[in-house]
Amino acid sequence: MPDLLTLRGVNTHIGRYHILQGVDLSVPRGKLTMLLGRNGAGKTTCLRTIMGLWRASAGAIEFAGRDIARLATPSIANLGIGYVPESMGIFAGLTVRDNLVLAARSGPLDEARLEWIFRFFEALKKFWHLPAGNLSGGQKQMLSIARAIVEPRKLVLVDEPTKGLAPSIINNLIAAFAELKNTDTTILMVEQNFHAARSLGDAVAVMDAGRIVHAGRMADLAADEPLQNRLLGLSLEAHQ
Amino acid sequence: MRTGALDLIPIALLGAVALVALPLVGSPSTWVTLTVAGLAMGLLVFIMASGLTLVFGLMDVMNFAHGLFIAVGAYVAVSAMKLFGGTLGALVPAMLAAMLVAGLLGLFFERVIIKPVYGQHLKQILITTGGMIVAEQLLHVVWGPDLLPLARPEELRGALLFGDVAIERYRLVAVGVGVLVFAATALTLNRTKLGLLIRAGVENSEMVEAMGYPIRRLFIGVFVAGSALAGLGGALWGMYQQAVTVAIGAQMMVLIFIVIIIGGLGSVTGCFVGALLVGLVANYVGYLSPKVALGSNILLMVLILLWRPQGLYPMGKS
Repeated sequence: MPDLLTLRGVNTHIGRYHILQGVDLSVPRGKLTMLLGRNGAGKTTCLRTIMGLWRASAGAIEFAGRDIARLATPSIANLGIGYVPESMGIFAGLTVRDNLVLAARSGPLDEARLEWIFRFFEALKKFWHLPAGNLSGGQKQMLSIARAIVEPRKLVLVDEPTKGLAPSIINNLIAAFAELKNTDTTILMVEQNFHAARSLGDAVAVMDAGRIVHAGRMADLAADEPLQNRLLGLSLEAHQ
Repeated sequence: MRTGALDLIPIALLGAVALVALPLVGSPSTWVTLTVAGLAMGLLVFIMASGLTLVFGLMDVMNFAHGLFIAVGAYVAVSAMKLFGGTLGALVPAMLAAMLVAGLLGLFFERVIIKPVYGQHLKQILITTGGMIVAEQLLHVVWGPDLLPLARPEELRGALLFGDVAIERYRLVAVGVGVLVFAATALTLNRTKLGLLIRAGVENSEMVEAMGYPIRRLFIGVFVAGSALAGLGGALWGMYQQAVTVAIGAQMMVLIFIVIIIGGLGSVTGCFVGALLVGLVANYVGYLSPKVALGSNILLMVLILLWRPQGLYPMGKS
């Protein structure tokens, strides 16, 4: 099966900083690909560049066979890409319901799909009419993820979903993503928590200094401790 | 404008200000007259300011030319009232014409003057101020340099008497239009998907784009609507003053900035409550101590910001 998303030689400059320095990345269709790496390696920039939030200064980004590197962010999103930013990006003044209504681009909310989401994010149903700003950190993350999957998407980009969350909530999120994987949704996830990455990832790519330095099967990386230490070193100590 | 739990404390503050003023003013009939005058003034300021607070909040644009749209609305009202005979029936076409011309001018301003300087505050201040100076001179060219009278229709002159209480007819019209504008804005923002998008855009425009909505088109729509509202406010304010000069908008800008800062940048509810507060305080203080009246709104802003540094209804921008 061909890759759903391919980055070839992607460079991104932010001001005078050269962040992505020729990223080559393939995201296989229907799989969950983990994007790992130390802080400052360029993982978040990579996701933002795919979404068009930062412009690639060189290189090609192909999604389902189409070059999207020059498209505007809304056009990229409308190709069927959901995005969960590191900051979660929820609209605090809007209710949980209204956040999801906006995320449902093609029309009214699909009740069956909502019930499916509530199965693993029960809190969203409970606080349906509450302003999203009143939710706890974990609940905000649930809302942010729910927004990205409130309609079927071809690709979901998720940036550090477990960051700063309690272990019980992390387990909840892992279960939710495991469920999402069963729907054949392609996911590209940035993650620092190696436990979560190992549990969920089918494929893995490791970034360092703005480049992909390793790509392969997650199971292979999980079984190879010396390789983990060489590629991820400090990240592992902090997050394992 | 938050759905769910609306913070009622600022609204209670309005009542508290009015109640505190009652014993100070002494005469209940004078108090009623002052209160209606304050509400009318506040609602007119709200109409003029509501567009600017959305433009600030959604687009992060410092539009110092907002007063121009007010002036244009007032001048168009002068011409339209003359054209339609100056009767009560001419009022609605005059207001619509003021909105239309100010809205079109807003479209031109956004596309030609503001679009190149998105995200650059200093340039926005300089270029919108420059644009306003040029446009004001063009107003001189079209309508002349002299003060123009803008008479109210015969039916709206004079006052209605309720016992000892005298209420100017025109003020009731101002209250009616102001409430109508607030209700329409509140309904749009709270009950429509477009309104949800605007509120979401005020909080986090990048995320709105990442969800597939072209925020630029929303920017243009809000800017045009804000300019049209300023034009409507200008027409009503000109009629309130019964005279129009080129400076009619610029003179209001200090008050408008105070209102949107008090309310919380980007918040229409805050703008509404802030405008009513400013209107009431200006009228009560103007009656009780005319010398203090000039600085009363600045003092009000300082006190509100000491209490709530982000304004009465902070928008929580991310």
